[in-house]
Amino acid sequence: MRYSAFSVFLNALRGNKDWKPAWRSPVPKNHYDVVIIGGGGHGLATAYYLAKEFGVTNVAVLEKGYIGSGNVGRNTTIIRSNYLLQGNNPFYELSMKLWEGLEQDFNFNAMVSQRGVLNLYHSDAQRDAYTRRGNAMRLHGVDADLLDRNTVRQMLPFLDFDNARFPIQGALMQKRGGTVRHDAVAWGYARGADSRGVDIIQNCEVTGIRRENGRVVGVETSQGFIGCGKLALAAAGNSTVVADMVDMKLPIESHVLQAFVSEGLKPFIDNVVTFGAGHFYVSQSDKGGLVFGGDIDGYNSYAQRGNLATVEHVAEAGVAMIPALSRVRVLRSWGGVMDMSMDGSPIIDRTPIDNLYLNAGWCYGGFKATPASGFCYAHLIAKNEPHETGRAFRLDRFARGRMIDEKGVGSQPNLH
Amino acid sequence: MASLIACPHCGPRPKEEFTVRGDAGIARPVPDAGEDAWYAYVYLRDNPRGRHKEHWHHTSGCRRWLVVERDTMTHAIYAVSDAGTQDASTRGETA
Repeated sequence: MRYSAFSVFLNALRGNKDWKPAWRSPVPKNHYDVVIIGGGGHGLATAYYLAKEFGVTNVAVLEKGYIGSGNVGRNTTIIRSNYLLQGNNPFYELSMKLWEGLEQDFNFNAMVSQRGVLNLYHSDAQRDAYTRRGNAMRLHGVDADLLDRNTVRQMLPFLDFDNARFPIQGALMQKRGGTVRHDAVAWGYARGADSRGVDIIQNCEVTGIRRENGRVVGVETSQGFIGCGKLALAAAGNSTVVADMVDMKLPIESHVLQAFVSEGLKPFIDNVVTFGAGHFYVSQSDKGGLVFGGDIDGYNSYAQRGNLATVEHVAEAGVAMIPALSRVRVLRSWGGVMDMSMDGSPIIDRTPIDNLYLNAGWCYGGFKATPASGFCYAHLIAKNEPHETGRAFRLDRFARGRMIDEKGVGSQPNLH
Repeated sequence: MASLIACPHCGPRPKEEFTVRGDAGIARPVPDAGEDAWYAYVYLRDNPRGRHKEHWHHTSGCRRWLVVERDTMTHAIYAVSDAGTQDASTRGETA
């Protein structure tokens, strides 16, 4: 069924009794051309673009929980393409362009809101670094504006401009950045893939990968053996667990990142605002809750929950940036497991095993990349050749000294 | 992460006193060990879901480096020892 204002109206007249589930719950077939491990945003987007752009429809997406239970439903919903480095920038800009046309493309309201992303700067050196970043973005055809203190003050009068440690001097703004309703992204891709013949199999945990003559022939799952022509990993924080099944060691550590939502408030934060110096960023959802987060807790973790010490740190940083937050009550907090790579950039590549593909290492930047990650991964799987914007995300770049270290902190995953 | 870490010198202390360094199971290769060994040392990680040994520094206590063995899924801590009492491989040295 195609969704439209007319279909909403018609179904309302019929008492909303005719709505169908957005995707099926099929029994897995014995064999698929492509099996994708991981029904998160990236896995579903990959299946969607495989079917829609590359004509590969005999595809299964295996999800150990339910659709939307992992990181695609645990992030802070921000989209942006304000990257400095050459390997990153065109890729994230492709993602931004896909976001801009996504709702029409998959016929689902994902509430894409290009409300602008501001990165605050607090010193001359930071201003220079942001000027450089903004110039690099503009050279790649991405929008960027360097705002001075007065302009930021007019836009965001509630910030603490005269903070003793980090006085605000201005901000780098990407107007096309913003937020997207993350659940709708998962549902929209799932529905789009399903309607093109992809089987989405929930509550199906992969327990082993069967190999014959050096090739993958299928996966052992909690719902039995499923054969495949090609196997694609998109397991995010659990990438190491899956890669261990083929004895492949990854340049990845799993860490927990927390996020928070406050009680509903009247609209007062129009944009996404980041306070990198204090480890805090915030936006306001359409329901009125402030959505905010900080840095990762810092130790290896597969638990989807974090520590109170980090909660306290994030709250302190938030109040330092916006003193009015001191009276806001936090409604919920949660944690997601991040696949932190050794240079802070992802991996979309073939592996030493012929028909096994890897998509991992998204750190805490995976959500904004969902469309481009799916598109590039689908391209790689269908054609066995990387998409031109995803060429730099190679698995062997660490051994070859071709790191994409956007933050410049080296191979220390808990610092990225 | 558990709330308390039982420091072998100071007893059970709140984990906010400690600073994590990372995987304690990787051994530093000899200088001429070759590119593969150095690549594995710098970049590859076991990253287990389950038992894991890590270096933690008792920053706000005795300032000793410790090896904490804990579970990355349940947050249970199994053992804590002084890094100086570990055998050579977990001290980060190879023969």
